[in-house]
Amino acid sequence: MTSVRPTPAAPAAPDTAALAPVLIRAQGVDLWYGAAHALRSITLDIREKLVTAFIGPSGCGKSTFLRCLNRMNDLIDGVRITGRLEVGGVDIQAPTVDVIELRKRVGMVFQKSNPFPKSIFDNVAYGLRLQGGHSRDALAERVEKSLRAAAIWDEVKDRLQTSALSLSGGQQQRLCIARAIANEPDILLMDEPASALDPIATARIEDLILELKQRYTIVIVTHNMQQATRISDQTAFFYLGQLVEFDSTAKIFTNPGKKQTEDYVTGRFG
Amino acid sequence: MTPRASLREAGFRRAGVDHASLLGGGVTLAATAGILAILIVILAVIVVNGAPSLSWRFITTSTARDMFDPDKAGVFPMLVGTSARVILMTLFVVPVGVITAIYLSEYARAASPLTRIIRGAVNNLAGVPSIVFGLFGLGFFIGFIGGTLDELAQGPAAEPRWGKPGILWASLTLAVMTLPVVIVATEESLRAIAPGLREASLALGATKFETVTRVVLPQALPGILTGGILAVSRAAGEVAPILFTGAAYYMATLPGSLTDQFMDLGYHVFVLSTQSPNIDQTKPILFATVLVLLLLTFSLNFVAILIRARIRRSQRAAH
Repeated sequence: MTSVRPTPAAPAAPDTAALAPVLIRAQGVDLWYGAAHALRSITLDIREKLVTAFIGPSGCGKSTFLRCLNRMNDLIDGVRITGRLEVGGVDIQAPTVDVIELRKRVGMVFQKSNPFPKSIFDNVAYGLRLQGGHSRDALAERVEKSLRAAAIWDEVKDRLQTSALSLSGGQQQRLCIARAIANEPDILLMDEPASALDPIATARIEDLILELKQRYTIVIVTHNMQQATRISDQTAFFYLGQLVEFDSTAKIFTNPGKKQTEDYVTGRFG
Repeated sequence: MTPRASLREAGFRRAGVDHASLLGGGVTLAATAGILAILIVILAVIVVNGAPSLSWRFITTSTARDMFDPDKAGVFPMLVGTSARVILMTLFVVPVGVITAIYLSEYARAASPLTRIIRGAVNNLAGVPSIVFGLFGLGFFIGFIGGTLDELAQGPAAEPRWGKPGILWASLTLAVMTLPVVIVATEESLRAIAPGLREASLALGATKFETVTRVVLPQALPGILTGGILAVSRAAGEVAPILFTGAAYYMATLPGSLTDQFMDLGYHVFVLSTQSPNIDQTKPILFATVLVLLLLTFSLNFVAILIRARIRRSQRAAH
């Protein structure tokens, strides 16, 4: 896989921002954990430089689908995936795909902040050092740039060599975002990035996501309806492993096309 | 009486002595105290009987020829021999044990039959009597590997160089014996590492190998050292595995190469207590030798514990 190039939009595109090119395309994706059928025929297009939210009750498959996009499901024994998944027009399930390269292009932020027990600097520099070839100065520059982009530079600039574990939960999560964007990915996957944070830290992450949207395509799993309405352009509602509805966030939350979606977003179940 | 009052009385009044709790507390306390008492008695007997004969001369003297004479005997060759075989063993057992543990924990599929067989083998290895390891070392390391080396180097009829007891074979035998200790301790420390750290590394485009070397292993280092400490403790006092594979009753010189035999503190304790012409006369040096063996084990452990504490401190602070 060389670089992620957008493919032209599909004709059956959801209404808002339909002009943005498609970056991720899923066609009839099914996934099994052993015998358990966790995803059923998921078909959707995710567009460039938009925030796409996945919502749905626990166990509906939204995180599972998210983890298909950087092939993190490869780590789990007994996972079987059928259908076609494209990132930038490349079939990422193909045996010829370099998973390492894919994961550099498709960064991920996890639900539980997971900084390495290393210094703040070493955390952000981790991905860059894996790639190698950066001089000390270039490394320091990229680390600063990433920390600034993740809106945490001012808080840590005087203690880059202290342990990342000394940061607060919200700071740790922004550090993890800085670490992910240090690789300069095209896509950022976020798996409930604010679910373990207090409201103030959550608000900062949300502001950050709106900021990052200028440069990255963001796919975020969230349990928080308000969060989805605040930050996302498109929303996909998953239920029991199926994609029930996928449309602009405004439409999903004000005028959903399916009864199930309406029941969920109005809090009648889930 | 109002319902509230009756509830209060029923809920908080003691219904008499709780015999089960008293018994439970008493039995567990007694067992713990018993263990402590045994340890104290053992140490006290050794120190009281051994300390008078323990002197700088005793530790640094090589007059092993007069090994039964309290005024002339020294344990320097045994001290060197035991230290050398323990350090050599550590060099073999830690890398092999750690690599095995990494395979089992990071690479092998937990549910596969092969993993289960390996794990069972490791557990069974831990249960094999140490004399069996001694016989294994004699048959495998000396007979098979040593014998083959000799044949390749000099032809069949020559004087054996590798195919005889030596400190290398004794150390390797001990390494095989302590392998399960290192594997289990390392695996435990690998299991304790949050899976989120591995995921974070892989999601940043690290290969599995990079994840293991850059994230997993540094985290597991204190646990690996714990395994090393346990292996050293187990091996330092073992005599059976080295009986046929390298320990000598008497040697005029210190071992100069890996194929030389060596004198050993533990084996020397056995020699002093069974071969002495005058048991009462040798008793003080017997206890002093035991004391030296204990001190050696404690100090080897102490060094390892210091290193581990340093690593833990530096991990808590910045790198």
